[in-house]
Amino acid sequence: MDKNNWIYACKATDMPHNGGVCVQYGTEQIALYYFTHRNEWYATQNLCPHKKQMALSRGMLGSQQGEPKVACPFHKKTFSLKNGQCLNDEACSAIKTYPVKVHEGNIFINVASILTPHSSTPIAYEPQ
Amino acid sequence: MKIIVIGNGMVGQKFCEKLVAQKIETLELRVFGEETLPAYDRVHLSEYFAGKTVQDLCMKPMSWYAENSVHLHLGDPVIHVDRTQKTVTSFEGAQFSYDYLVFATGSAAFVPQISGVDKHGVFVYRTIEDLNLIWRHAKIAKSAVVIGGGLLGLEAAKAMLDLGIADTHVVEFAPRLMPRQIDDGGSQVLTEKLKALGITTHTQKNTAVILGNETITGLMFTDGSILSTDMLVISAGIMPRDELAKKIGLPTGHRGGISVNDRMQTSDPSIYAIGECAVHEGTVYGLVAPGYEMAEVVVHQLTGGTRTFGRFDMSTKLKLIGIDVASFGDPFIGHGEARSIVYHDNHKGIYKRINISNDGTELLGGILVGDAEAYNKLQQICAGKLTIPSAPAGLIIASGNTPDDPGDFELPASALICSCEGVKKQAIEDAVVQSGCTSFDAVKKCTGAGSGCGGCTPMVKDIINATMKKQGKVVRNIICEHFAYSRQELYDIIRIKELHAFDEVLDTLGTGDGCEICRPAISSILASLWNDLVIKNESATSQDTNDRFLANIQKGGTYSVVPRIPGGEITPEKLIVIGTIAKKYNLYTKITGGQRIDLFGAHLNDLPLIWEELIAAGFESGHAYGKALRTVKSCVGSTWCRFGLHDSVSFAVRVENRYKGLRAPHKIKSAVSGCIRECAEAQSKDFGIIATEKGWNLYVCGNGGSRPQHALLLAADIDSETCIRYIDRFLMFYIKTADPLTRTATWLNKMEGGIDYLRNVVVHDSLGIAAELEAQMQTLADHYECEWKKAVETPELRKRFTHFINAPEAKDPTVLFEPLRTQKKAAEW
Repeated sequence: MDKNNWIYACKATDMPHNGGVCVQYGTEQIALYYFTHRNEWYATQNLCPHKKQMALSRGMLGSQQGEPKVACPFHKKTFSLKNGQCLNDEACSAIKTYPVKVHEGNIFINVASILTPHSSTPIAYEPQ
Repeated sequence: MKIIVIGNGMVGQKFCEKLVAQKIETLELRVFGEETLPAYDRVHLSEYFAGKTVQDLCMKPMSWYAENSVHLHLGDPVIHVDRTQKTVTSFEGAQFSYDYLVFATGSAAFVPQISGVDKHGVFVYRTIEDLNLIWRHAKIAKSAVVIGGGLLGLEAAKAMLDLGIADTHVVEFAPRLMPRQIDDGGSQVLTEKLKALGITTHTQKNTAVILGNETITGLMFTDGSILSTDMLVISAGIMPRDELAKKIGLPTGHRGGISVNDRMQTSDPSIYAIGECAVHEGTVYGLVAPGYEMAEVVVHQLTGGTRTFGRFDMSTKLKLIGIDVASFGDPFIGHGEARSIVYHDNHKGIYKRINISNDGTELLGGILVGDAEAYNKLQQICAGKLTIPSAPAGLIIASGNTPDDPGDFELPASALICSCEGVKKQAIEDAVVQSGCTSFDAVKKCTGAGSGCGGCTPMVKDIINATMKKQGKVVRNIICEHFAYSRQELYDIIRIKELHAFDEVLDTLGTGDGCEICRPAISSILASLWNDLVIKNESATSQDTNDRFLANIQKGGTYSVVPRIPGGEITPEKLIVIGTIAKKYNLYTKITGGQRIDLFGAHLNDLPLIWEELIAAGFESGHAYGKALRTVKSCVGSTWCRFGLHDSVSFAVRVENRYKGLRAPHKIKSAVSGCIRECAEAQSKDFGIIATEKGWNLYVCGNGGSRPQHALLLAADIDSETCIRYIDRFLMFYIKTADPLTRTATWLNKMEGGIDYLRNVVVHDSLGIAAELEAQMQTLADHYECEWKKAVETPELRKRFTHFINAPEAKDPTVLFEPLRTQKKAAEW
């Protein structure tokens, strides 16, 4: 991890097209998405707040009036990939989103919002 | 503001929710409940026996109370109120002061004074605790009697059925069932329907004595007749819980209930009463809707509003044991005050009555039993005092070819459509005409209609469609915002343009980036057309949830595995392999409804390892995860059975192997029975085959599921080759023309001309496409390959079955199991 809290996730070539994978970061699970059709990258929490399932990385990507979204595979709650808001259930809470950057074919996620001054040192994965 | 609520039932709880929603900074809300459970849904109590848990029935989880700073004291009733000091004292001795006190103590079951009500096996039907007692006793009971033929009594009777007591009786003192809601004609139809379900009705019966020594053995009525039974449930009415109110000197009604004014205030201005413990203008309301209205009134009063409680419209529509019963306005008015029109169909079990003013201009009330489709419309007309057509019979008697539409009557623009949000018909029409809304969701967002209880949804949709038609807009059955085509149109275009991937289809025919509706629908079309591997890199992520990992995702995020067992025939060796694998990967095993074995609780990482072993033993994918052919069940047939006419197992194996892997708009199930005894239940399948003396009978479009439907005979006494040809044509025709996620039964129900049309196409080739359909099916069959075999043999595909991309060996640590008998189950969510 560099000093600005970017962690290495995986190589771009490891990613499915128009889909997600789950990245382990300490005890956190982060869903990372490669929205090939828009040529965009997103990251959110992996936990779907509806039934507390670690599932969003296995969800389906799509758009609603242009807003990119992911649908949870369990009950099809959909969340905006931009701001984490639930788009089809006002009662459902929003999900956390994380910045993503691509550098020379490597994908990095910014975990600054996870880190707190007192948390133990998280496990960081470096490119192999 | 300190507010104390006595009672944590449905109405008390609704009051808390409404009050909390006001976000009053100074609010200190405290609730005392006598029961040990937080408020639960008493209206649907019988579902407890039908499989719902206490958790399912609870209105809010315990965490809700904590999150909203509501102090909840359960199992601790208030026993004293000091009105001058404004304090309450609980059973456990806790003392708290209040600014306002709300009685929501509800009611108790009314138990008539019959000798012997204290015997074993006599119960009331009111709380979860009552239900637990009933449950325990029902295990040794073969028959049951319910006293009370009203709403609650019939609910209790349903509960007896759900407990597996086939011999259930309902005893009612009045001459008919549901005497407050329906008349003799309606009761007669209801009685017949109940009888068909195994519930016998006895009206005009007054119970004199409960027979038996310690335990009940029967009832003797005042007319001397005797009814034997193993248990009795009394559900004959309610008694308001007003004892505490009486003790502290609040006035009560002469038949019980705490007297309240229009503001729901008792004689003490800082004490309110709501729900079944209150009596308003001489009436105790035993329904939940008026109770909620009372709760709303008190919240208004406490927050400076002016809302008051008026006469409550007691119109109701409910489904009792699957039977529609509704009444509205004044259901009984007649005798010179009104004229009635009655439609009474004993054959179908439908009773409809409407009461019209003598001058024929106003609808005053009515009753619907067996078919309450027209309820919303009629209730609107009645409550809104709308002008009715000159031939009012059309309101309940179907005219011409549209049996579901009550005549050609059209609601005026001022008709209230959504009573929750107060949306009138005009507003919905405006949303379509002026704001350009073309879907229910758009209108809901624009007007709020349908966002409350949702009961008006069908009416709103009808109004949207009618308004669009009037404007000359074509009402198109498009699949979602990304594609302006129906599934059938897409199927044809994709085939002609020879498109092979989702993105290709999207860029050629659609807009935007796709979604969870069009992605799986188009993937299914592509699979049906070309039978390419569904988990190829570019298409994997557009597959339905379960297709992406070729397994069914289950609670907790693990998967289940179903190997194909064609026809349900399996060797001892293969059974041992399944057992060995299940033990090795610690899987929960269960026989499925389709004569296969399901292995639950597999981690994503383990799926390729499990399948590698299954494939090595000769198994193939069972496609239990796909919208595809699932299973072809069979009975053992003529090889062993002394009644069997043909070898049903061999034919089932042949049929299953021909159509395995076939992707369709929805799952497809099948069965083959070796004789008319039909042990394989072929008539409940998408296509079912039954042996006859001369060959096979082919049935199609049956369904189990939530709306069971028997399959219809497509062709009789055909040989095996003809049977396969007809199935080829039938399935291809279905795949080409059905909407997404539409089972064959629903597809047929929507088809103009129904089974006769389908038979013309499949058997008589009326469209001249039979040869083409058969050829297409043959191509698909030729392209079959086991997708799991491909997946485990291809390293690129295999790599995908990991939970963490940066820790491929690790399993999801949040997956939890709980022990279940000697196996395990997914942890509750």
